[in-house]
Amino acid sequence: MPTFVYMTRCDGCGHCVDICPSDIMHIDKTYRRAYNIEPNMCWECYSCVKACPQNAIDARGYSDFAPLGHSVRVLREEEKGTISWKLKFRNGHEKNFVSPIRTTPWGSIKSPADYDAPNADAFKNQELAHEPESLNIDSLPALTRDKLKLGVV
Amino acid sequence: MFTSNPFAELSASISPAVMQAYVVVMILLVAVGTIYDVLHKKSATYFRQNMRKSKSAATRQVGGGEMVAMAMKTAIVDVAASGEFCSARRRVAHLLTMYGFLAFAITTAIMVFWYPTAATPTPAILPQLWTIGALMVCVGGYWFWFFIRVDVAAEGSSPFRIMRADLFVLSLLASATFALVWAYLQAADNAWTNVAFGLFVIATTVLFASVPWSKFAHMFFKPAAAFEKRVSAANGTRNNLPPPADKPETFGSARQQPRHY
Repeated sequence: MPTFVYMTRCDGCGHCVDICPSDIMHIDKTYRRAYNIEPNMCWECYSCVKACPQNAIDARGYSDFAPLGHSVRVLREEEKGTISWKLKFRNGHEKNFVSPIRTTPWGSIKSPADYDAPNADAFKNQELAHEPESLNIDSLPALTRDKLKLGVV
Repeated sequence: MFTSNPFAELSASISPAVMQAYVVVMILLVAVGTIYDVLHKKSATYFRQNMRKSKSAATRQVGGGEMVAMAMKTAIVDVAASGEFCSARRRVAHLLTMYGFLAFAITTAIMVFWYPTAATPTPAILPQLWTIGALMVCVGGYWFWFFIRVDVAAEGSSPFRIMRADLFVLSLLASATFALVWAYLQAADNAWTNVAFGLFVIATTVLFASVPWSKFAHMFFKPAAAFEKRVSAANGTRNNLPPPADKPETFGSARQQPRHY
């Protein structure tokens, strides 16, 4: 379900432009309000819907399963750590969902810059940088020669 | 410059009646432009339909007293204090520009109508407010233009890339800037005074005559949108937004102070 902007509610702050991974949220040249320039290219990640401080962005369902007249709206409450969805069907039927924005405390995840830089020997290792501790496990299975199919080595 | 009425000195070359007629024409242009804008974009119809839809879907009726209270709150919080903005920088820049423009426009009208010639001495506060108003417009406007404008801040465009959305802010900035330059040159008895005055008149005419094509009308429809938002929150429809989450304790560890990116 690609997103669209209610221009009367948008205040043109640009948060959606910053956060859109597909770079399709742009600023209108006449009114300086955000709009989705290409709904076909929308990843439907809803980052813009959740980030909008004015609740000015909605999702528009595909007409085959969500006929016109429906509404999909989201409320992000950072102070409570919750994100709520309200789906309203054309016949008035409603579905409400609440979920956590995240399950760990704010600021508890280490930034990549907080890890030590890998040394040159790390290139010989099959693991990626900061594995396995960044995956919260003790070790990863290693692929050794004896486990490969005959003929590969 | 700060204590002398520039329009009184101008009356030596331009009749006060012409200046007054110009101000009246500008007011009429704003009125006609706004009415045209409302009819052309059907914004009044849109807001009426939204209000009707919100009323029919309401889960509770909002009384007259409550409506008046909400209108007052809209006027104080959303209009007078620019409460809509989520960014503090934008809010401060908007307040500077808005109150600067009001001071600049109102003192211009007072000086042109009540103190048009040197024969009627102008109280020093009026030219001072006029200058401060124009300076506030310049500070807020240029701050917005070069640093806060979303095209520059979020889209990374050059501050000198101009588009139709800039018509209002650029003509407003040009009007205030040329007004200050004109007043300064006039006080210094400079030969370029008339050029600066000509640019001031052109910028001001563009500002008020371009209402149907510019963002000027936002000062009329933005309060309507803010009021509608408050009414929908009060009558329970909340523009179809979900109600505030009532079980935040479910999410335990996530309930920490928010960190905005």
